[in-house]
Amino acid sequence: MTEPFQERIREAAASRTPLRLRGGGSKDFYGNAPRGEILDTRGYAGIVSYEPTELVVTARCGTPLTELEAALAENDQFLPFEPPHFGAGATIGGCVAAGLSGPRRAAAGAVRDFVLGTKLIDGRGRVLQFGGAVMKNVAGYDVSRLLAGSLGTLGLIAEASLKVLPRLPSERSLRLEANEGEALATMNRWAGQPLPVSASAWHEGRLFLRLSGAEPAVHAAAQRIGGEAEQASLWTELKEQAHPFFAGAEPLWRISLPSAAAPLHLPGRQLIEWGGALRWLKSDASPKAVREAATRAGGHATLFRAADKSAGVFTPLDPVNARLHTALKAAFDPAGILNPGRLYADF
Amino acid sequence: MGSRLSVVSALRGFLPARAVLHEEEDTRPYECDGLTAYRQLPMVVALPETEEQVRRILQTCHAMGVPVVPRGAGTGLSGGALPPGDGVLLSMAKFMRAVRVDPVARVAVVQPGVRNAAISELAAPHGLYYAPDPSSQIACSIGGNVAENSGGVHCLKYGLTVHNVLGVRGFTIEGEAIVLGGEALDTPGYDLLALCIGSEGMLVVVTEVTVKLLPKPQSARVIMASFDDVEKAGDAVAKIIAAGIIPAGLEMMDKPATRAVEQFVGAGYDLEAAAILLCESDGSAEEVEDEVARMKAVLEGAGATRMTVSSDDAERLRFWSGRKAAFPAVGRISPDYYCMDGTIPRKRLGEVLNFIAALEKKYGLRCPNVFHAGDGNLHPLILFDANDAGQLDRTERFAAEVLEKCVAVGGTITGEHGVGVEKINQMCVQFRPDELELFRAVKHAFDPAGLLNPGKAVPTLARCAEYGRMHVHGGKLPHADLPRF
Repeated sequence: MTEPFQERIREAAASRTPLRLRGGGSKDFYGNAPRGEILDTRGYAGIVSYEPTELVVTARCGTPLTELEAALAENDQFLPFEPPHFGAGATIGGCVAAGLSGPRRAAAGAVRDFVLGTKLIDGRGRVLQFGGAVMKNVAGYDVSRLLAGSLGTLGLIAEASLKVLPRLPSERSLRLEANEGEALATMNRWAGQPLPVSASAWHEGRLFLRLSGAEPAVHAAAQRIGGEAEQASLWTELKEQAHPFFAGAEPLWRISLPSAAAPLHLPGRQLIEWGGALRWLKSDASPKAVREAATRAGGHATLFRAADKSAGVFTPLDPVNARLHTALKAAFDPAGILNPGRLYADF
Repeated sequence: MGSRLSVVSALRGFLPARAVLHEEEDTRPYECDGLTAYRQLPMVVALPETEEQVRRILQTCHAMGVPVVPRGAGTGLSGGALPPGDGVLLSMAKFMRAVRVDPVARVAVVQPGVRNAAISELAAPHGLYYAPDPSSQIACSIGGNVAENSGGVHCLKYGLTVHNVLGVRGFTIEGEAIVLGGEALDTPGYDLLALCIGSEGMLVVVTEVTVKLLPKPQSARVIMASFDDVEKAGDAVAKIIAAGIIPAGLEMMDKPATRAVEQFVGAGYDLEAAAILLCESDGSAEEVEDEVARMKAVLEGAGATRMTVSSDDAERLRFWSGRKAAFPAVGRISPDYYCMDGTIPRKRLGEVLNFIAALEKKYGLRCPNVFHAGDGNLHPLILFDANDAGQLDRTERFAAEVLEKCVAVGGTITGEHGVGVEKINQMCVQFRPDELELFRAVKHAFDPAGLLNPGKAVPTLARCAEYGRMHVHGGKLPHADLPRF
């Protein structure tokens, strides 16, 4: 039942009490500092419907991601955007709200690409349904995709319907030697060819590649590309940031760029994913320098993990976008009580 | 609100005279889009050629309180570009330039008037293409595709417009420049790009679109499979998915549809089959061979009575030509037809098709079915004669019952054609008042004065109240004018 959540949100709106929407807390580190009374979403859990031949699963927000992924795996299906968990307690609500995708993102799409429908509790405590459990649906504005990555600032995502896909029958990981420039050129060249590349990464002179698909296609691509065999577990280490690159006290920047953007040459250590479109930087460089470099290259930089987030986690919006954000926030949450400041300080 | 002359005079202050039309003989061609039953002469038509002109048109109209309706190629099927009788129809037809194609980054940057199919033509020399392929792709523009979130016959595997557009540039109704998305895979803040795609031109006016290009598969083959029963064909679709296969295309046509099409294009369809499936596989030659063999085995197990695999690309395109020509073909066997666009969970296909068959008897009208089977998107085509007033009335009630059935089985009133003016009443069936209110609040965030494509897609509560009342009483729908195209 969503009624307790609705009641809590209505009361908070009436008394202007900020609420901090929280599932398993695995992404507490992400975004600007959470504040407000905790509204724990884990009580509303469970898979509502799952029909493997419809390629759609609907789950309540508190459903553990591990539970959802296990149910899909039993039917040889999976979440194509390979969401990071960042902790044992990760929930499907948090996954959609955070909008973070894993190694397959460049090949398959992001969370928002697989969100088909949502049940939302808005800032007035109303239960609203958008989209649905079908693949194609253009009735009304696409509010469900808007919610992916909104960090709970527009409402409590009570349920989400996600498109799922069959697991690919064959998978192989490879490793090649390459410097950064060569790696970027190679990853972009591969992406322009009909190869079954499902993930790629570069770090310290080594280019990693995962091929997924029908066995004949994977085999033929592996023959053509060459290189050494790599452990499949590499991709989980990257997804969960358990790879040694992510260790250390320096701030971690997530820099999102056009995949073919030239090397940034910022101070610090770097790890590249998504065919060049995602560049992780461990660096003490000034936030201004990192953001300016990202903007010049056609992208943006997020202060993903850091002890000091006073520079703001997300790249500031231009005035028109900022005004639209504020207006949308007011439309969904007129009292401004849901995860205030988590995305941007002014709402 | 401005009078015709004051608006014309204000626009001619910065636009050449030929780019501001207001005489009836000039504005007549813009009175409707692909949904020709709804017609309205625009007060003024503006044909800008530059972004600066678009900005000034919007600024001027906003200042004068004049409604603006953007229009692409005018092929839309839901009346989304129905002009304002008291405002400016903003034709983007002169925005025809391909700004650049970047084969390394695999993106094309084009102006919104560029045709969907032209993007793939631009990309072809690099071995790349733009994936979404609505049936109208030789005529429809990318700007219109963005407005409607257009699909096509390959979107189960390759996605809709929203999955293949990386960014847009344009203006708000106030004439402020806005950039949504870009060449990176995400942007900071809310995903306003996803919100604006499919917003039917009600949130922003788009002047440039950046699309993702994909490597053209080396090989593609299509299986044409016959079934002696429509439900068996539906079950076969579920079995293909259950076997872990996502075909590049998966389409169904029933016997009345194949017979209509065959006379028109001679695609070589099995005219004795109750339904045919077209199942396409693409990828490397090895991959296609493997997948075609697996799909054939599944189809055979599901009771296919006949199967033909395309032997070359000419044959593959011939098989598809019938599907892509289904609407015009049906237009040749009936004076008029009404195309629906509901999406349903696939497992309810048999139930919905039986429901439609019962309605054929109830209303005394024929209804061939074409179906994007892979993603549950139905296009039943009700055949009627608009000169017979009784048929007009029956057609509208038939269509309303089908769309409401789609909602009742957990689907939607529109999968890819949009709500426009056509399905605005059914929005009251699919959404509750609170949800419609939120849509209006979203609209208000972008366009507080409500000047950009007003009256489309999102009904007022008053309209729903009126429709609900008339619906409950089983009387005529509020709109007397009838869809035919």
